[in-house]
Formats: sequence, C-alpha cells, structure tokens
Amino acid sequence: MPARTEDKAAGHAAAVEALRDVPQVPGASKPDPILVVDHVSRQFGGLKAVDVAHMEIQRGAITALIGPNGAGKTTLFNLLTGFDKPDSGTWTFNDRSVAGQAPYRLARIGMVRTFQLTKALSRMSVMDNMLLGANGQSGERVLQALLPFIWRGQERANTSRALELLERFNLHEKLDDFAGSLSGGQRKLLEMARALMVSPEIVMLDEPMAGVNPALTQSLLGHIKNIREKGTTVLFVEHDMDMVHDISDWVIVMAQGQIIAEGPPDAVMKDEQVIEAYLGSRHGSALTDDGASLTPDAQGGNS
Amino acid sequence: MDYLQILSLTLTQAFGVTALIYLFAAIGLNVQFGYTGLLNFGQVAFVAAGAYAVGVIVLTFDLSLWLAIVVGMVVSTLLALLLGIPTLRLRADYLAIVTIAASELLRLLVRSIAFKDVFGGAQGLNGKLGRQFHDLNPLPADVALPVFTWSRQDLWVVIVGWGLALLATLLVWGLVRSPWGRVVKGIREDEAAVLSLGKNVFVYKLQALVIGGGIAAFGGILWAVAKQSVQPDTFQPDVTFFVYTILLLGGAARVFGPIVGSIIFWFLLAGFGELLYALINNGYIEFLAAQQVGSMRFMLMGLGLMLLMIFRPQGIFGDRRELALDAR
Repeated sequence: MPARTEDKAAGHAAAVEALRDVPQVPGASKPDPILVVDHVSRQFGGLKAVDVAHMEIQRGAITALIGPNGAGKTTLFNLLTGFDKPDSGTWTFNDRSVAGQAPYRLARIGMVRTFQLTKALSRMSVMDNMLLGANGQSGERVLQALLPFIWRGQERANTSRALELLERFNLHEKLDDFAGSLSGGQRKLLEMARALMVSPEIVMLDEPMAGVNPALTQSLLGHIKNIREKGTTVLFVEHDMDMVHDISDWVIVMAQGQIIAEGPPDAVMKDEQVIEAYLGSRHGSALTDDGASLTPDAQGGNS
Repeated sequence: MDYLQILSLTLTQAFGVTALIYLFAAIGLNVQFGYTGLLNFGQVAFVAAGAYAVGVIVLTFDLSLWLAIVVGMVVSTLLALLLGIPTLRLRADYLAIVTIAASELLRLLVRSIAFKDVFGGAQGLNGKLGRQFHDLNPLPADVALPVFTWSRQDLWVVIVGWGLALLATLLVWGLVRSPWGRVVKGIREDEAAVLSLGKNVFVYKLQALVIGGGIAAFGGILWAVAKQSVQPDTFQPDVTFFVYTILLLGGAARVFGPIVGSIIFWFLLAGFGELLYALINNGYIEFLAAQQVGSMRFMLMGLGLMLLMIFRPQGIFGDRRELALDAR
C-alpha cells in the first residue's frame, strides 16, 4: 500500500511540525488546540482520581494519554465526554465551553468516544450498528419515523457512507451479521468505524488495543493513523508504551490523577519521572524501544 | 364427551374479549420491553388507567365515552411520564421497582374508601359503560358463526377490538423498522454506546414508555366497554406477569409475537379448563373437584411454559441465534 504510506507521512509530518516548538512540560500550550482542559478534578471518597490543572490537545494529531493502572485516564475520559461529573473544572472544545454537557450533545458537536470494554450492539446487524452512528436522521424522530418517504433518502446516503467505512475497516463482508457474532478485534474495528459515522472532529479511543491479538494490533494501529490522515484528531488511552511509540505524535503521561509529563514519544520514554511512575523509583534501566514492552500490569489491563 | 364443543369454547376464548385486552397490553409491553429493553413491571397500571378513565368519565361524571377514550390516553401518558421521568435516568432496575409499586398503589387508591365517590371503592364502577359503543353495533342479531360462540354484543367488541389490535401492530411495525426503532433497539443492547453516538437516550426511553402505555390503556378501555364493569381487584400484579408470559411465548421484539402469544396463551388456559371440566363432569377424573379446575389449569399452563422455555426459549417467532449472543 504505497499510497497509504505516503499519506501517513503527510499527516504525521504536519503534526510533528506543529508540535515541534511546544515546550515539553506538563500542561504545555499547543499552537492549535481543539480541546483545552482547566482544573478538572474528580474525587472518589478519599481518593483524588483526577486532578488535571491544564491540558491541551493539538488538532489533527494523535495524542496518547498514558499512565500506569489507576492513573485516572479513563476517569478523565469519562469526565470530558460527559459520562461522569467532575467535582470542579472547565473545558472547551473548539473554544466553546462544554463542561457539564450531556454525552449525546458532545457527540453531536463532534466529540465522540469509544469504550474500554467494547460496546458492540450484539443483537443488531453490523450495518445497523453503523447507521446508528449517523446523526441528523429525521426518521429518528418518533412522528417522522412513521413516514418512510421523509427518511429514505437520508438512509440511502448514510448506508453508502457506512459501506465506505466498513470497507476501510475490512468489515464489509460482515454487514448483515449480528455484531455479537464478530470476534473481539472485529468489534473494536466496528466500534471505531461506528464512531466515525458520527463525523467527529475528535475521536477519543479508550484502550483501543486492549484484548486484541498482536497480529490485529498492527492493522488497528494502521486504522488509527488513517483516522488522523483524514483530518480527524485522535486522543487515545493506552498503557502499552510500544504501541504508543509507534503511532502517537504527542504523549501525555498521567500518574495518580495528575499530568506528570508531556512530549513527543521518544522524549517521554526517556523521562525519569515517567520511568519512575511505571516501574517505581530507582529502577535501573531506561525505557528504550528495543522491544521490551512496558505493560505494568499484563494480566489486569484495566485502569 | 363433546370434543367439538370443548374446542369451540376454547377457540372462542382464545380470540375473545379477554384475550384481546391482554393482547393490547402485550403489544404495548413489546414496545417497552421487547424493543427498548425497559423493565416495566407495572403494565397493569396502564390497563387500569384506561379502564378507570371510561368508568369515571361515563359513570361518575356522566360524560361521553368518546371523551373517556381521550382522557384514557391522556392519563396513561401522564402516568408514563410520572413513572419515567424520575426513573429512566437511573439503572434499569429502578423502573422495575417503581412500576410494580405504582401499579399496586394505583389499585389501592381506586379501591380506597376515601375516593369511593369517584372510583366506586372495592365494588368498582358497574353500569352501562360502553352504551355509546354498543349503540353503534350494526349486527342485526346474534350471528351464528361456525366455531365461535359470541353474543351479538361480544362479536361487535371482538370485530372492533381485532381491527384496532391490527392497527396497533401496524403502528409498532412502522416504528420499529424506522431509524427510531433502530435507536431504541440500540438502547436495549447498550445504553451508553447509543448515548456516545449522539442520541438522547432518556427521551427515547420516555417515548417508548408513553407509546407502550397508551396501547395498553386501549386494552383497559376495551375492558370497560366490553365488560361494562371496572373492578379494582382485577388489576392485580399477576396481570402484568401474564402479559410478560404472552410476550415471551410469542417472541419478544417480534411484531406478531404478542398476537400469536396471546392466542396461544388463552387457547391453552381455556383449553385446559374446558377439558378438565368435561373430564370431571363425565366422571373420568375423580380426584379433582370442579372448583379446583381454575387453579389446576394454571399449573398445567406453567408446565406448558416450562416445556416451551426448554425446547424453544426464544418464543414462537424468536431467532435462536439472537439468544446465543451475549446481550452486552
């Protein structure tokens, strides 16, 4: 696939170029942020799960949010997408304050997330899963629903868009199958494709690689890169350093609810604080990309 | 023994007025539980709302039956909103608890002495509730049908009732094949996923509750019109569970599930009853008394349902492949 490789370079190069002069400190400001987070905190009992002073996500780049288990990555995701309410804090999406908005409103204005435990709608066909992602379908209003001539045209347009996406994600042969009959990896792909049906400006992937076999991981990574190439910003949670290194343009590291480091993947992996957070203090060897995967909790996997 | 007569009586009940009332409740429950996944354990409250709307408007206030039908729809909508707004944002179990409690509350309220002037207390409201409807009866006299043995009045109710039931089924078919139906099915599968795709899940669940409740209330209106009597203690919680049985029997989330389920349920229930009566009256069974038939037929019915769940757990119309899939 030479064409795709070329494309890949283009989006990646642009993101790297844009982020070149960004200082590598926690909470660094970006040249063109799509998402700006200020003083967001969330407490569970006595535990401060999230306490982020400032965070900016660069538009058009793939940003990885990493950190050991329990660092608060998923909680932060839930807060930003409206699935949980913070104790304090504000955040803006495209310069518009969206704190406290319901999840469905955030999705409609272009902020779409996926889940760590894949949520394929099992007893619905792959195609129906996809069509559910399309927004503005007037047949979803209860009265218009009874008048097919109102929504047929939209349905056709959505179907052909869904077919394109399914083809891109190699699911086009499965379109009539129940989503519940897909393999774990295919469900991840479907969830990603379905999120793209919403036509988001940013997709937030919560551990897209969790529970996927290594062979499929590579193709999943390719798909994520592809999302950026089409102009969509990607923010994803992961704790496997190798994968992060491969695809992200920028890495934000969380530990104990706070952002402890930021920077391009190479720099972050050499950061003393990050190594400490992952392996505990006074661990001898530095993190390199010599193939030693750094999954602090290989058997658990959920933060 | 006259087997033909047993069959005739059984079929008359399987397609008769009571079966129709349960059918409406089941069509409504199919929208709520079958397609949207709402655990409504108080469907009988919507039936009661429809029946009492007729009773109160026609008998207590001496107003038109047609107004009563409108009031029945309004009351059932209000009931759905009242039950839904506080609970539908919470986990599914809360709706279940609130609906079953509300249905009992409603029954105790209408049978209370405090409101005897309006709802008639424990005796309920009895009188010419459906007079305006029966006045429209175009049938000249009792019609001799080949199998069924309905009176002129019942036949008129049955004709209109089945017409309306088919219309309600058509409405459900139209809804669930549309993008609206896709959203509610998505909610049944996983609410959070649908929420993350930009759908206001709460509003859809409320709509499903209102639509399903309205259809069930129509069953209640039919009840009052056909039986010309509304009594509080007929609206016990077990009505709701018979409705669930009917729905699962036919196959949940199938457009024709409630129709088939209702016919089979009443065919079996009435059939066991008639057969047992005949066997006792003819001396074939001596260990049972005639007054025990009522309970015995429910036992046999339970056995039949167990067999169905063992050999065809997806219901008559269901798709076994769906059942094999993990719902979440």
